[in-house]
Amino acid sequence: MFNQLIKAFKSKNDRTIAQEIGFTIIKICIFIVILSLGILLLYIFMKGFRVVNLDFITQTPRDGMVKGGIFPAILGTFLLSLGALIFALPTGVLTAVWLTEYATSQKFVRIVRIGINSLAGVPSIVFGLFGLMFFVKYMQFGVCLLSGSLVLGILILPTIIGASEEALLTVPKAFKEASLSLGATRWETMYKIILPNSVSGILTGIILSVGRAAGETAPILMTAATFYTTRLPNSLFSKVMALPYHIYALMTEGSKSGQTEIAYGTALVLLILVLVINGLAIYIRIKSRRARKW
Amino acid sequence: MSEVTIANRITVKDFNAYYGEKHALKNINIDIPANKIMAMIGPSGCGKSTFLRSINRMNDLIENFKTDGKMMIDGKDVYDKNIDVTNLRRRVGMVFQKPNPFPKTIFENIAYGLRVNRLFKDKKELEEKIEKSLMEAGVWDEVKDDLDKSAFELSGGQQQRLCIARALVIKPEVILMDEPTASLDPISTAKIEELIQVLKKDYTIVIVTHNMQQAARVADKTAFFMLGEIIEYDDTVKMFTKPGNKMTEDYITGRFG
Repeated sequence: MFNQLIKAFKSKNDRTIAQEIGFTIIKICIFIVILSLGILLLYIFMKGFRVVNLDFITQTPRDGMVKGGIFPAILGTFLLSLGALIFALPTGVLTAVWLTEYATSQKFVRIVRIGINSLAGVPSIVFGLFGLMFFVKYMQFGVCLLSGSLVLGILILPTIIGASEEALLTVPKAFKEASLSLGATRWETMYKIILPNSVSGILTGIILSVGRAAGETAPILMTAATFYTTRLPNSLFSKVMALPYHIYALMTEGSKSGQTEIAYGTALVLLILVLVINGLAIYIRIKSRRARKW
Repeated sequence: MSEVTIANRITVKDFNAYYGEKHALKNINIDIPANKIMAMIGPSGCGKSTFLRSINRMNDLIENFKTDGKMMIDGKDVYDKNIDVTNLRRRVGMVFQKPNPFPKTIFENIAYGLRVNRLFKDKKELEEKIEKSLMEAGVWDEVKDDLDKSAFELSGGQQQRLCIARALVIKPEVILMDEPTASLDPISTAKIEELIQVLKKDYTIVIVTHNMQQAARVADKTAFFMLGEIIEYDDTVKMFTKPGNKMTEDYITGRFG
């Protein structure tokens, strides 16, 4: 790591020394990033792997959480993410389409963009609070799957819009012009030419945002999650267990021995879930890049 | 009637175009006769591409683009409020500087225009029209066994003839060509020039070119543009032998450009 730097000092060339100091700082930063990620993964794995087995991911919890599995939480997280996606996917993609292709007033586009960027910067607990006041109380959905999904959906909207915009803009203008010159409408050009050629980019963004939704705790804290339920969710208005909230609850409530271990096991499951989701996104990105011909 | 007088397909009267504050086309007056090839020459930025793209309203995509005056095709103003732009573009085909086939198969590239304009009844008619247009564009023999292959597998020259076929298949009246051979090798260029000559039998062709020899070879009429104005517009033969304007002469003899 420091070989080049030492060599540079021996050469006594100021510019080489400056360069090597710069490169060394960069190397140290990268090292810190990789190291912290590595320690995190290793730590969670070491602490959690003992409790994770087939029963752990397929059984419901027993004996005040310290026995049995976390299946309801896995299912809950899955349903919450799916619900968020059902809401955010069409809304986000169509907003991106409008921003990139339809909007005629650049001033209005700028205002909308500022709004979207602000949305991305809102702390997730504020989303939770909003969900509690609006969906749970005002709309009277109650603490349930629907409220939680909607809040998570709003939370991931900026990510989906951003990724979709980026993907839509990579489609060459020449395709668009060719389509229009043949008498296609702007809408036909959009769904026959531009969307099919940007779908992999959009998909990548969506999958990454699902990973984000799956891991969020604060937004569902007050809108959807429950610490313990023996019943699996059977409607949009059921309370659900969720992986991140389960971890939070295990660490903050109750005092039974073994809770910590279950919490780490749950964290490991959540981590693997998110890594798998992100891996899928990377896979799609690589595959589509290879298939692309322009 | 039209037997006696040569009908003008495109009539332009006092046409102006602006990109925001920039006055890109100044008071253009020009008649383009049917079934002729009209070439536009002139230095870069002289407005010839802007003029071409004003004919099928491709400039509509540009923010702050404005026009006034009249741009008429068969007596109808292209910029009339009641005109259906998609229908206009179906009637006025376009071939671009760089071949721009869609990332689809050769077959689907041609089928696209027929599909969006709903110009066929059944699969048989679709296939017939596609074959005919590929023949018309002189590329059928080279692609007939590969219709299901991606258009990107063709050479640049083949791609450009495919794009011409794509424009032809929806039976336009006018074909606009924006430097169609600028990115092609000499052999491909020769093929396309030959093709353009054949096409004028059925179409009115307006072509932008940077290549003066190309204008001299293919065009019946030539317009010389400079700084957004038409300096001279005449029969190509006259233009290249006895130009009426000193600037035209200087340009075509290569004294500036």
